[in-house]
Amino acid sequence: MVGLRQRAWDAAATVVDPEIPVLTIADLGVLRDVVVNGDQVEVAITPTYSGCPAMAMIALDVETALARAGIGNARVITVLAPAWTTDWLSAAGREKLLAYGIAPPPAAGRGGLFATPIVACPRCAATDTEQLAEFGSTSCKALWRCVACREPFDVFKCH
Amino acid sequence: MLLAFALRRADDALVLGHRLSEWTGRAPLLEEELALANLALDLIGQARELYALAGEIAGDGRDEDDLAYLRTDREYSNILLVELPRGDFAFTIARQFLYASFVDRWWRATMASTDPRVAAIAAKAEKETAYHLRHSAEWLIRLGDGTDESARRAQAALDKIWPYVGEMFEAEDAALVTAGVCADPPSLRAAWDGGVNAVLAQAKLQRPRDGWMQTGGRAGRHSEHLGPMLAEMQHLQRTHPGAKW
Repeated sequence: MVGLRQRAWDAAATVVDPEIPVLTIADLGVLRDVVVNGDQVEVAITPTYSGCPAMAMIALDVETALARAGIGNARVITVLAPAWTTDWLSAAGREKLLAYGIAPPPAAGRGGLFATPIVACPRCAATDTEQLAEFGSTSCKALWRCVACREPFDVFKCH
Repeated sequence: MLLAFALRRADDALVLGHRLSEWTGRAPLLEEELALANLALDLIGQARELYALAGEIAGDGRDEDDLAYLRTDREYSNILLVELPRGDFAFTIARQFLYASFVDRWWRATMASTDPRVAAIAAKAEKETAYHLRHSAEWLIRLGDGTDESARRAQAALDKIWPYVGEMFEAEDAALVTAGVCADPPSLRAAWDGGVNAVLAQAKLQRPRDGWMQTGGRAGRHSEHLGPMLAEMQHLQRTHPGAKW
């Protein structure tokens, strides 16, 4: 028989990011931990950005997913440390992003003040690309354009 | 002591976040509309984390909403720089650059805080303020080294803001600094000067002379601008206490 902790983790891991619905919160590294105390389940999630407006919805979706899996005695807590980084994005998550048309994030870290990373176009794979705007449709994305195929595309920002 | 510290830093972030949010629907171009809203969201998110910490320390049942919406202007302890009206785009960018140049360094130095709760907030905030610094520095260079009009406005903004930068560097509570809870702002002055001077030179803008500096925000003595801003921000919770949707 599968233990309660594993069942709770598996249920929580089905919840998708409301803004990037091809990624689960497990792919993103937003799902941090599941702790079982008797029959009480506590799920820890962490925000990508401090002001991420999706957190309340994700917490609600986790409670719903657990309830559907027959786990009613659950609560969701938010943890801040360690700070979320795009390095936690799983390999499967990076593949899914690319297939969805969003370039996965370059490796995290600070360059110089104006350093820009090299990003491959998710449609034609050319690296002759340029940033149009550092802030895109959500906190975690920037808007870029491929010079080779002329298509604009989103880049998951390195963070 | 730690409560007052958390409130000071939360108030800075919330008030500046609110000023940035006022650009929504009014930015000069779509990319900036998104960018300014993103910066506002980061700052309001950081403020929320700090108010939650303050509420935990206060231990009197007040949550982050109570602290943001139910304190008067005299109870707000933000620096005056962040409460100045948003002005034109050059003013907003110049203020953001001067503030981000400070707060990005301050958060990074505060990641080593001996209080794990403060360290956790710092580690999140510094990733975000790094973006704010880069974005505002790029724009300040574009404005300063742009047309005659954009350069004139950028210089006018710097001249107007300069008397307010000194307050950023007022010393933190000595007991907190000694205990390693946060970095002491005066220790970041030299690095700030170097970073700011380099960008101003690239932007072909004149650094205003350091003269008499405005002060008082930390003690709750604010300009005439904070009251109306809070009135707008707080009126819903004050009219309908506890309203939720």
